[in-house]
Amino acid sequence: MESNTYDAIVVGSGISGGWAAKELCEKGLKVLMLERGSPYEHVKDYKSALREPWDLPHRGRTTVEQKKKYPVIHRGWAASEAVMDGWANEEDCPYTELKPFTWWRSYRMGGRSTLWGRQSYRLSQMDFEANERDGVAVPWPIGYNDIAPWYDHVEKFAGISGSLENIGHLPDGQFLPPMELNCVEKDVAKRIKQEYGDKRHLIIGRVANLTALIPGRSKCQFRNRCWEGCPFGGYFSTQSSTLPAAMETGNLTVRPYSLVRQVLYDKNTKKATGVEVLDTETNQTYEFKSKVVFLCASTLNSTWVLFNSATDIWPEGLGSSSGELGHNVMDHHYNIGASGIVEGYEDRYIFGKRANGFYIPRFVNIGSDKRDYLRGFGYQGGASREGWGKEVAELNIGGDFKDALTEPGQWTIGATGFGEILPYHENKISLDKDRKDKWGLPVLAMDAELKDNELKMRKDMQEEMKAMLTIAGVKNISTWDSGHAMGHGIHEMGTARMGHDPKTSVLNKWNQVWDCPNVYVTDGACMTSSGCQNPSLTYMALTARAVDHAVNELKKNNS
Amino acid sequence: MERRTLLKMIALLTGGAVIGGNAFLTGCSSSKESDLKERLNLTPQQIAFLDEVADTILPTTPKSPGAKAAKVGSFMKVMVNDCYEAPDQQIFLEGMDNLDAACNKMHRLGFVEATAEQRLSLLTAIDKEAKEYMSKKGDLPNHYYTMFKQLTLLGYFSSEIGHKQALRYNQVPGRYEGDVPYKKGDRSWA
Repeated sequence: MESNTYDAIVVGSGISGGWAAKELCEKGLKVLMLERGSPYEHVKDYKSALREPWDLPHRGRTTVEQKKKYPVIHRGWAASEAVMDGWANEEDCPYTELKPFTWWRSYRMGGRSTLWGRQSYRLSQMDFEANERDGVAVPWPIGYNDIAPWYDHVEKFAGISGSLENIGHLPDGQFLPPMELNCVEKDVAKRIKQEYGDKRHLIIGRVANLTALIPGRSKCQFRNRCWEGCPFGGYFSTQSSTLPAAMETGNLTVRPYSLVRQVLYDKNTKKATGVEVLDTETNQTYEFKSKVVFLCASTLNSTWVLFNSATDIWPEGLGSSSGELGHNVMDHHYNIGASGIVEGYEDRYIFGKRANGFYIPRFVNIGSDKRDYLRGFGYQGGASREGWGKEVAELNIGGDFKDALTEPGQWTIGATGFGEILPYHENKISLDKDRKDKWGLPVLAMDAELKDNELKMRKDMQEEMKAMLTIAGVKNISTWDSGHAMGHGIHEMGTARMGHDPKTSVLNKWNQVWDCPNVYVTDGACMTSSGCQNPSLTYMALTARAVDHAVNELKKNNS
Repeated sequence: MERRTLLKMIALLTGGAVIGGNAFLTGCSSSKESDLKERLNLTPQQIAFLDEVADTILPTTPKSPGAKAAKVGSFMKVMVNDCYEAPDQQIFLEGMDNLDAACNKMHRLGFVEATAEQRLSLLTAIDKEAKEYMSKKGDLPNHYYTMFKQLTLLGYFSSEIGHKQALRYNQVPGRYEGDVPYKKGDRSWA
């Protein structure tokens, strides 16, 4: 018989949920991990990963039927034949867009940890101080020193490759050997250094792909097919990393098809007693009990669970007493930058497919640099030689045309900015009680947008990239701005922020819900500000830190 | 990033957007959809015709086999069936007749009967015309030849022959080197 009592319940199996499960299990707790979607087994279920690209019937393109079924995924680059099964079913799981919002979800084991971009950067003391310094929103309740040891901890296990750069606002970490910048990128980096000295840097991306062996996994094979699932375990995902570690303890139970409808709250003890689960296959409801609950259901879904919990006490949900639950939605705005042609280097080429590019850390509003907006942005990009899609002078058809297409073309280089979005109280999500999903549950309504600060920053994101490419001698520079709907950065953050004060924040400095201290929220929902760095590494570190706290609390209470 | 760049480049090469790409066509639900489905069930002759068109665009050379060897005709069938909206499917179907008619007009022969030189001169002319049309067309329908060409390029270079013989393919490179010597004539990595 299925036992329904555990020491800890983890809601979600993505990057944060995987970490919560591993850390809790390794500290000896009996853990139930709940995943709303289907199983997705390491290697065995990576169906396309070892097939040849020409075995895909549409060679990577999606069908008319898929376009109709997955309209949100088709708003950008995420729609690709090999990974369509990975995205959440949009017909079963709709949401309401009061303002345009792109929500790219994966409802299966491992969540987006198999699909993620793997770029891994630390936030710095500058980022943790930003709200307080600028008088924006509320201050973070933690500083860099609180999280630094936990960054060390998660980096060592996850395996982050990167270079030591000694840049104050982009702290170095416990890195595996860096990947290589290619010859063009190296020279552009040199030119930027000559021009800007220590103010700007072009460095190799810090990425969760293994450039050295970690027990139980293989090195990155440079196939650049990560999001199909890596049969070598060459990058960090729940499947390759945290799940096997958690399973090895013998303490983990995983239950797929388990949609958590609410956290069960006992008003006498003022604590959670467990969760209520809807089995998405059978429509049966189950209750599971535990001493502690970790909500890691992804930023907006963790808040959805809170909205639906303890509503007899707080009509707006567990954690709503501050008036901030669902508010302060953030993301990183991008799809804006510049690119151009690099002359020369015709006798240079590359070997292998690097699932990584270069990174230009933030340089605006730092030190003496002052702009007419707050915060800043980084860039991600790369240089490469054109492939068979290049234009061939004077040739459009025939044998010479074909042969010309088989040789690499000129070098091009480009980058997109990733900009910080401020936490605005009025950028929010709420429950749309008039609209239900496949299981009759109310869906989320999104009401968030970029504001003046971000729009001003975007002008700079375009101009500064153009300026750097110009200095580097790049030709035919063109800039682009594809606009940004919230969520499109897939870095959705906020809605249950951490803070010092229960009157203005949902979580305390240990990621505990102020109103219910045995519920921890450690995914992107907890973020008090967004920085401009890719956030997943921070969720890992905050999760490991919160688990340590939770287990210490349990020990205290038991002694 | 790479995929986006690729689509952009195919579009650039053929003077417009990638047909059947992410730009979404709505409406146009034809009452003759069942009729259209029937006709999309291309015959072996039609697939052979498409192979010849593709092989004129990308023929066999001393360096590598052509599009026919890579079975681009069959690939086009799959793509038009699954990835094209109904109005584009219609244009594609009519395009085969239009192309044959154009060949008759230029050479007094059907496309399949025409010599390789005749086919090349015909498609060279249509290529120019289609590219110009697509770059200026605005909301007008797509050009059938642009479909043939886009699908030929994609179908050929993404095929096994395209990967291994036209380009160089290494399924498991195992490492990355960002600065290796290149000499003119070396093939691109697929």
